[in-house]
Amino acid sequence: MIIGVVTFPGSLDDRDAARAVRMAGAEAVSLWHNDHSLKNIDGVILPGGFSYGDYLRCGAIARFAPIMQEVAARAQGGMPLLGICNGFQVLCESHLLPGVLTRNSDLHFLCRDQELIIENNSTQWTSEYSVGQHITIPLKNGEGSYQCDDDTLAMLENEGRVLARYVGENPNGSRNSIAGITNERGNIVGLMPHPEHAVEELTGPTTDGLGFFTSVLKSLIAL
Amino acid sequence: MARIIVNVMLKPEILDPQGAAVAAALPRLGFAGLTSVRQGKRFEIEFEGPVTAEKIAEIEKAAELLLANLVIENFTVRVDE
Repeated sequence: MIIGVVTFPGSLDDRDAARAVRMAGAEAVSLWHNDHSLKNIDGVILPGGFSYGDYLRCGAIARFAPIMQEVAARAQGGMPLLGICNGFQVLCESHLLPGVLTRNSDLHFLCRDQELIIENNSTQWTSEYSVGQHITIPLKNGEGSYQCDDDTLAMLENEGRVLARYVGENPNGSRNSIAGITNERGNIVGLMPHPEHAVEELTGPTTDGLGFFTSVLKSLIAL
Repeated sequence: MARIIVNVMLKPEILDPQGAAVAAALPRLGFAGLTSVRQGKRFEIEFEGPVTAEKIAEIEKAAELLLANLVIENFTVRVDE
């Protein structure tokens, strides 16, 4: 199984994401923002960072990168797609997921280990977790406040599309403490905290993040 | 050179922490009696040739597609005289 990790100008966490993919047992390949083809790739990760310097709005320019046309088309056809942090922002700007990520409510850039509760384990990226499981992975962003209108929020809640929520005090003003959401089909997932930084004890607070990468591997093998 | 101005503002119901921080700073500098500050973006777009209805429509399309995120923002387009 081959997972592609897209590098935009300004991406930071592409190498960690690729490493997490390899630790989960899949092959990771680098994709360049200016590429037009995904070749034989089975899934894609949009990593964290500051694509195009976060100019205009986070993810707004990356959305129109050549590679994103193919990524969007394949994901709409069912290919697994995970956006982490800046990747989540790109997915929202691309309208592959509803809503938008805005400036943290207290204006501070946050960098800390964050406890989450998993609320949906039926997606291709979360099947290795159990509903109600608490995990702790790093959260590091300046614009991580998830916002959407009331109708969208009600839809996400009613359809069980809130994937993970912050536990304890809401760190950034996200509506309903949302940390991550999925599309209806469960193949496109956006997550603000960073599972790829919590895949081994030497460098992460926990190994709780590895499940995202083993989940997608398992779902691809099962197909 | 013809010029069109696009102003982008957060929708009224969207929290604007940057505007709120500016609003909190102003009284400390002696600017009293200000009830609210909202921060937005202004784009000045220049092009050759006359301003036509088609050109304005094109800029409106660009604003919808890229300059504003309609989930949280509104925009206005006007010709700079």
